[in-house]
This record gives sequence, structure tokens and C-alpha cells, in this order.
Amino acid sequence: MKDIINVTVIDREGVEHQLEAPTDMNMNMMEVCKAYDLPVEGTCGGMALCASCHCYILSDHELAEASDDEEDMLDQAFFVEDNSRLGCQIRIKEEIDGLKVRLAPVDESAA
Amino acid sequence: MVETDILIIGAGPVGLFTVFEAGLLKLRCHLIDALPQPGGQLSEIYPKKPIYDIPGYPDILAGDLVDNLMKQIEPFKPGFTLGDRAETLEKHEDGRWCVTTSRGVKHYASVIAIAGGLGSFEPRKPPISNIVDFEDNGVEYIIRDPELYRDKNVVIAGGGDSALDWTIYLADVAKEITLVHRRTSFRGTLDSVEKVMDLAKSGRVNLVTEAQVIGLNGNGKLDEVVIKHKKQGEIVQKTNHFIPLFGLSPKLGPIGDWGLEIKKSAIVVDNTLDYATNIPGVFAIGDVNTYPGKLKLILCGFHEATLMVQSAFKIVYPDQKASFKYTTVNGVNGF
Repeated sequence: MKDIINVTVIDREGVEHQLEAPTDMNMNMMEVCKAYDLPVEGTCGGMALCASCHCYILSDHELAEASDDEEDMLDQAFFVEDNSRLGCQIRIKEEIDGLKVRLAPVDESAA
Repeated sequence: MVETDILIIGAGPVGLFTVFEAGLLKLRCHLIDALPQPGGQLSEIYPKKPIYDIPGYPDILAGDLVDNLMKQIEPFKPGFTLGDRAETLEKHEDGRWCVTTSRGVKHYASVIAIAGGLGSFEPRKPPISNIVDFEDNGVEYIIRDPELYRDKNVVIAGGGDSALDWTIYLADVAKEITLVHRRTSFRGTLDSVEKVMDLAKSGRVNLVTEAQVIGLNGNGKLDEVVIKHKKQGEIVQKTNHFIPLFGLSPKLGPIGDWGLEIKKSAIVVDNTLDYATNIPGVFAIGDVNTYPGKLKLILCGFHEATLMVQSAFKIVYPDQKASFKYTTVNGVNGF
């Protein structure tokens, strides 16, 4: 059992950040990004209700399928692609070790 | 014109509870909110979500907490300006503040309490570079008068209830209506989804799924939308109106231009004694403020409001001393 996993986040300027995330703290990707002071708002606090943690999955990890709530929220987001997910719905666990994501552009009308 | 002691910007939970604590000091309150209903995020974003960290409630639905707060402040008869946004803050010649809303209503008060949360809720605008050029010239984010669309060609984008409901409504009004949506499935109530599917089958609604509107063309007035379809590529369609319905998102808005010290979209308060801002007589409480150790929690906002009104009292009644009384002694009506 791995207690710390590594994930890569590419910010909106294209800079790659290697992050370490603990698997035993019930965290999600949005919270990890915030902990590293990456520009992720997480406005709704992780309820899949704001899309400010919208990101693209670049690695080929098999993630748990998006819930209806997450899909509904993505319907209200912009720049949505097939690999779009909400960071707050990606649980930090051993299976996603090595995950690579890119932050989606900011919704300017919400900035 | 509205006159009050404390003008509260934002009718979320913290703004509402401010009325109670102010009421105990016999201070009158009036609230302004851009949304048409009180409750802020709790009513707008998650009314059916349970909250677990309100003291005394093992769990309570956000919508129920708002209802309870409204009941709790009722004895103090607060005033409300809803569905209207606080635009400007000016010092009036008599020393009081004057806040004017987008509809032009002037509100006078000795104390301003900004309980603006994440900001005011505004329609999400699709990231189409020239969309601003067509606002009110073919692009509308909110449907104010459905008659505007009579016998016109209309394109709606979105997949939620408002997109579905307006598509159904305008199918009888518009000459031609197109609904563009990112996926083949829709959120929204089953009944609305089925109605739209039926209208699409009978040819009264042109349903374009797995697609999004990516461009707008026209000379001063909207003439065409460019739709990007997952399989068919780009489709150019003639239209008179484009109505993007992607819900609301919060934005700090005009408050950001009031001369307050702002850090990361939050108002900096210089102490945790009364949450005063850099402008004397203007306080910031709840999620909208920031200070070392700040936690964005409803219960912290309640505490901030309680301390803030003590300082507000000194501004409204500089020559009097506020007497502190527990509500358990005489009940609320004793205040």
C-alpha cells in the first residue's frame, strides 16, 4: 500500500508541476492543487457544483466514471472535451499514481 | 429611496443573520441581493444539500436553513431589495453612505455590511471572442420578454432545465428553434426532457446534440451562429437570436471598484474584532472577507456578523452605550 502518490499538473501557462498527494486523507485533485497553491478556485468546496476545478486527463488511467452530478456540471462549463473531468471528483488513491492532468482555461465570465 | 441603519449587501445566510444580531441592538437593516430570492448560494446552488456543521443541527438542508433564518429575523422586519445589484458606493453629504443599485434605487445608511459571499450571481457567458458585440443585438443570457422571439429564428444552447423549458415554451412562439447541447443526454426533469424529445421528433424543435456553438457572425446584429458538431464538423446556421443558458456563476462584480482592499477576489479586513475594511463605516463579513486564519464557514460568518454589529452600533449611536442582553432573559420581542 502506497501512502503517497505522485501526480503531474500542467497549469494554464503550460508549466508542469510534480505533486505528492497522501492517499490516507480522503483528498481529491482539487484539494491537492489548492494545497500546492495552483490556480484552482474550488469555489463550491468540492460538491461538483461550480466547474472551477475543470481539468483534462492526459494519462491513460482508468478513472471511476463521472457521476450524473459531475456530467451535469460539465454541461454548464466551457472548453469541455472528451477527457474533461472535475478535479474535485477525482479521489486520491493508489490506483491513480502517476496521473497527469492539465487545468482547463478559466471561465472569464466568472473571474 | 430606502433609509436604514445597516445596509447589508448580500442576502445569504450571513447577511440574514446580521439582521438578527443588529435587531438585538435595535438597529434596522435592509438587504440588497442580485438574486430574486434570499439565501445566496444556499438557495441558488445547493438548496437540497445537507449541511452538517451548523451548531445544534446534526444536519439541515441548505434551503431549510435559509427558511429558518428568514423566520428568525422576521420580528425585526428587515427590508429587501432583491433581483437588483449594488452598483456604486458614495458618501452622501449628510455623512451617510449611499448605495445605488443597477435599477437606480438609492439606499442610505450609516453603516455598510458587505456579506457578498462569492459575489453576485451572473449568467455564464460562453467563451466566444466577439459575443460582447452582440449582447442585446441578438445575444441574450436571460429571457425577459418571450415576445421578443415571436416569428424569429432562435438558437438556444445548454442542457439544463432552463434550456429545456425555454425550448419548449419558444417552440410555440418562435418561427424556428434550435437547441444545441454538448451531450446526447440531458439533465433536467424527465418530463421536460421527454417533451423536448417529442418536439424534436415532430420537427418543431431542431435538436443538435454533441455540439457546441463556437462562433457568431453578423454586422452589428447577429446573423449566424457557427456550431461545431462532434462528427459533422462546423455547421453555419442563420439565426436572429442566440440564447446561451449555462446557469449562473458568482463574480465579485462592482464591489471590486469601491476602493476596498482586495486580495484574491476577497475583501481584506484589518482586524478580527469587527471586520472593518480600509473604508471607515464599511465592514466585510462571511465568505467575502479575508484575514489571517480565515475559514469560509457559515458559522464563522455568523460570529463575524455578531461582532460587527457592536461596532456598527457605535457608528449609528455615537453617544450611547450598547447594553448586552441574552435573548434567554426576555425573548426576542424584548429587544
